[in-house]
Amino acid sequence: MTRLTVAVEPERVQIPPGSAQLDLESRGWIEGLRATGAEHARALKRLHDLLLRAAYSEAQRRRHLYPEIDGAELDDLCRQAADDAVVAVTRKLDGYRGASRFTTWAYAFAIFEVSTKLRRHAWRGRSIPTADDDATWDRLGSGATAAQTRIESTELLRALRRAVTEELTPRQREVFIAVALNDVEIDAVAERLQSTRGAVYKVLHDARRKLRLRLEQEGHLEQEEHR
Amino acid sequence: MSERDPLTRLLGTPGKDAGCEGALALLAEYVERELEEREVRDLLPAVAEHLHNCPACAEDYEGLIALARERRIGP
Repeated sequence: MTRLTVAVEPERVQIPPGSAQLDLESRGWIEGLRATGAEHARALKRLHDLLLRAAYSEAQRRRHLYPEIDGAELDDLCRQAADDAVVAVTRKLDGYRGASRFTTWAYAFAIFEVSTKLRRHAWRGRSIPTADDDATWDRLGSGATAAQTRIESTELLRALRRAVTEELTPRQREVFIAVALNDVEIDAVAERLQSTRGAVYKVLHDARRKLRLRLEQEGHLEQEEHR
Repeated sequence: MSERDPLTRLLGTPGKDAGCEGALALLAEYVERELEEREVRDLLPAVAEHLHNCPACAEDYEGLIALARERRIGP
């Protein structure tokens, strides 16, 4: 099953800066994807084949992480990833600057799509922790072994827990507790929130910045340059 | 990618971070420069920072560099 529904409008595609330095293979890909009619269709088919192989290769590399996903389910997931990667590549073609081979650039989208789908699939049916309960913080504190480290760690964790409660918005708290405290895959959190990996990461990034600042102000962390 | 200590895992690092979408856009360039043994942390520091802070993108980076390396060696 393929879902190649997005057609590039050739007249809208600009020649990327630096295209004169493109290797021959990359130039061929760009010309094919910018072409019209049968040549364009052939290039899309070739791209889909390439990205499907990339998706299978990446799924195979991660097989030990998701042994429960195999057979027809894995095939379907790789095909969906290749379909979505083709759509992403054709949509973002103007953004290809020729700074890498075209195929490496396109592979990145296939890997992103297959990894997102694998993580989401693996977390379906599992609950995502949303409460920063005592057990979670105790588990974090139990990692340190030396007495001094344990005391420092305990004080830091107490301060961090206060900061999580007092500094973060409800959404930031939800994301921080799931992703940072409980190691829930960010793609699974994104699916639950009907969001994207990038948007959830931004929430996490802002939460972490607030927490670091508070811990610095309280003397638990060294002042760092905020760029 | 280097192992992250527990504090970094919780709080990340304060440097300029490309974010997931920014890192994805530059990941191919990052991987190819790395395979050329260029100092990618100097060339694309915001991508390096992001890969240090985002395990999902760091895992994607591992996949892409494996694929790019295989393609270099393969037919």
